[in-house]
Amino acid sequence: MTHPTTAVPVAAPKNGRETSLEQQRLRAAFWFLAPMLLMLFCVAAWPLMRSIWFSFTDTSLTDLHGGKWVGFDNYLSYRQLSSGRVIWRGTLVDPAWWNAVWNTVKFAVVSVSLETMFGLVVALVLNARFAGRGLVRAAILIPWAIPTIVSAKMWGWMLNDQFGIINDILLNLGLISEKIAWAANLDTAMAAVILVDVWKTTPFMALLCLAGLQMVPGDIYEAARIDGIHPVKVFFRVTLPLIRPALMVAVIFRMLDALRMFDLVYVLTPNSAATKTMSIISRENLIEFDKFAYGSAQSSLLFAIIAIFVALYIWLGKVDLGGEKSK
Amino acid sequence: MAHIQLHDVRKSYGAVDVIKGIDLEIQKGEFMVFVGPSGCGKSTLLRLISGLSSITSGDMLFDGERVNNRVPSDRGIAMVFQSYALYPHMNVYDNMAFGMKLAKAGKEETRARVEKAAEMLQIGHLLDRLPKQLSGGQRQRVAIGRAIVRDPRVFLFDEPLSNLDAALRVATRLEIAKLHHDMNNVTMVYVTHDQVEAMTLADRICVLRDGKVEQVGTPAELYERPNSTFVAGFIGSPTMNFLEGRFADSYRCNTLGVRPEHLDLSETDPVWTGEVVHAEDLGSDSFLFVDVGAKQPLVVRQGGHQVIPYGQRVGVRPREGHLYRFDAQGLPCN
Amino acid sequence: MNPMTYFKKTAFYALVLVILVFSVFPFYYAILTSFKTGTALFEVSYFPSSFDFSNYVAVLGKGTFPRNLLNSVFIASTTVALALFLAVTAAYALARVDFRGRGLLLVSILAVSMFPQIAVLAGLFELVRFIGIYNTPWAMILSYTIFTLPFTVWVLTTFMRDLPTEIEEAAIVDGATPWVIITRVFLPLLWPALVTTGLLAFIGAWNEFLFALTFTSSETTRTVPVAIALLSGASSHETPWGALMAASVIVTVPLIVLVLIFQRKIVAGLTAGGVKG
Repeated sequence: MTHPTTAVPVAAPKNGRETSLEQQRLRAAFWFLAPMLLMLFCVAAWPLMRSIWFSFTDTSLTDLHGGKWVGFDNYLSYRQLSSGRVIWRGTLVDPAWWNAVWNTVKFAVVSVSLETMFGLVVALVLNARFAGRGLVRAAILIPWAIPTIVSAKMWGWMLNDQFGIINDILLNLGLISEKIAWAANLDTAMAAVILVDVWKTTPFMALLCLAGLQMVPGDIYEAARIDGIHPVKVFFRVTLPLIRPALMVAVIFRMLDALRMFDLVYVLTPNSAATKTMSIISRENLIEFDKFAYGSAQSSLLFAIIAIFVALYIWLGKVDLGGEKSK
Repeated sequence: MAHIQLHDVRKSYGAVDVIKGIDLEIQKGEFMVFVGPSGCGKSTLLRLISGLSSITSGDMLFDGERVNNRVPSDRGIAMVFQSYALYPHMNVYDNMAFGMKLAKAGKEETRARVEKAAEMLQIGHLLDRLPKQLSGGQRQRVAIGRAIVRDPRVFLFDEPLSNLDAALRVATRLEIAKLHHDMNNVTMVYVTHDQVEAMTLADRICVLRDGKVEQVGTPAELYERPNSTFVAGFIGSPTMNFLEGRFADSYRCNTLGVRPEHLDLSETDPVWTGEVVHAEDLGSDSFLFVDVGAKQPLVVRQGGHQVIPYGQRVGVRPREGHLYRFDAQGLPCN
Repeated sequence: MNPMTYFKKTAFYALVLVILVFSVFPFYYAILTSFKTGTALFEVSYFPSSFDFSNYVAVLGKGTFPRNLLNSVFIASTTVALALFLAVTAAYALARVDFRGRGLLLVSILAVSMFPQIAVLAGLFELVRFIGIYNTPWAMILSYTIFTLPFTVWVLTTFMRDLPTEIEEAAIVDGATPWVIITRVFLPLLWPALVTTGLLAFIGAWNEFLFALTFTSSETTRTVPVAIALLSGASSHETPWGALMAASVIVTVPLIVLVLIFQRKIVAGLTAGGVKG
């Protein structure tokens, strides 16, 4: 770098070293971020690490600090009896755990698929121009605004075996011959849970789909109509690809929510083996059954499953979560 | 009021060099215009002077004092932005007084200064309005008023007229010229891509190209003595005609430049002859496009209405002493 | 109109009607039930037959439900205030200041909002016990920041990113520090976003169940969702459906009113954050 050879008269800066605007802003940014990051560390990172640590100990609820390191025993361990038989123990060979995993996956896949489908339908309806559209848009927000616990209770009442209105309707329509205990019956409990979840979260999907639909420029449909392309074909070949990015983001958020499902099942179908999810069984062990470390292992497994799922989804689906690329 | 010196100023964003070593002096009270095509670095240079970005290397001095790292508010500058950048939630008065309030100036003094500036710009009756209630021209005046209230050493303008329509642009241009006249010892630095703005407003123009200074000089100097084909082509409207090949060879140069206003039709003693391929009649002037066999048709400026039918052959002759000869590098031949 | 388009129109409006009824009926039925007492409760009816407020009187008059309501209001408001306070400055840094690792930081914050709450439950339980806030509102206020804070940061960052750069630069030239830019220039422009984000965070906190269930042990410290979930009658087999529905209506009506008022803004907020439902 060449400096000018002529001597430059330089007045001394007022306060020794000055900091440039960029440096000042960086410093401000640090102090602005610090409290938020500290808070998140306290409520997220640290508890997560502790939970994982607990899963490698024999900590109990009554003695949180007295746990000793037991390695992978909570996950999997074996003992050889004198007879030579090997006994496996731990969450990974616990049929109750695998039942919960299976329940959760079943619930997540079925409910999110249904919600996406219905959400799209509702969004397409709301995207059309018709009298009373504002009313319908307001109406579908109601299920979303109702607390999950309240919806669980409301539907619990409607699905009640003796006095429920659902049984009454179905009996009157002649669709069933006798009253069914929807929530209590092992065969129908999962269906009941999915029904309520679909009812409650379809609006969310519909709104996100609608936002995506409204970004599709209208002249595309215009052009397709002039070219005489069938509307169904237009939907699958034009609309769906265009709203796919928005849909992918909506689906992953719903999926994550479904995988950690707790409250609805806890209230609607308490203690039903047919609906027990990973979150339910983890909490049972953690808090109710005094198997704190064992429950920690299960919750850590749930975390791992979700982390793997998110990574796969982002990787395979090339989801633009941050919306950075579209900027 | 400020004398600005830039010594080998450079700016890079990561590996990209935007400003590639600029040496420039702006005199006290001077109206300096940065002009150049988009991407030449003129706005970046203005932001470096303002302090909104800091220079990567080199030195920047205001009145002999190094301000390399000084924050904008301590440099004694005021800036007028392209989008006006008024605070949408504050009325005109508060927009203009915001800087003074932050500097904890007295209420009386603030009011006096805001009212004086408002009077200067004839926006005194708008002080209670919100920006969204103003027209584009009024907003630009408020933006200028906000700058005046800061009582700056240096006034910076970042393409302030490009959001206005053509008529308003001329009116506001006039007003900025008047402002410079009234505040005659305030240094003004003005960025534009419009050479007409540059020619009409500037004491001196700095033509920038690709992060470097191409030429600095008064409008007349740039017009009469461009030191490259780039400047020659950038200054003047319509642009200079450039001739190459055999046309230039006979003048012993690589590129021959001649402005439309320095060409005359000549039946008796033509230098070049060709067909009229197009004509533009602007009323006061008309421009003939004559295909003499060069890459582009020659543009010839004629005073008043000139009705010459398409396809007619005409002779063209350049005026003496108004030919520009450039070598293969685009630099003037001696 | 030919028969085909007539049929299509009818089908379309039938679909609209189905959506409408399916959305609204359960809540309508809850209201209906909440006005019934005694044996009327156990007779299915589709239209209001009686307006008996005794369920509401019972829920609000005795027991701990008023206290639970108060708990919920306090916890949700404090959580939102805390989250907004921390998020506004953080969002400014994330949206307007260029620093290395910004993208990574944003993604990590988003990742926290995807945490299954159960995965931190054990660690949080220890923390809550350790600092001695078990069975107090502060346990919930602390733990709820795990989902309200990332969400508010994320949404406010997207809103803050869209504010024009030149306004900020004008403020810098006027001598505004980052703090002044946030409080006196950006916040007045952002209040619609703040209201939306705050409301969504409030709903999230109001509805939360897992932490509230785990970190409370007495009836008086419970939040509303826990109180409703654990509300029981004289005997464990006898659910007081009338009172339950009255309580449900009480906690839901304010939310529905708020949501309907801020409809458009909420949709904007939801799509900005791609949030949890």
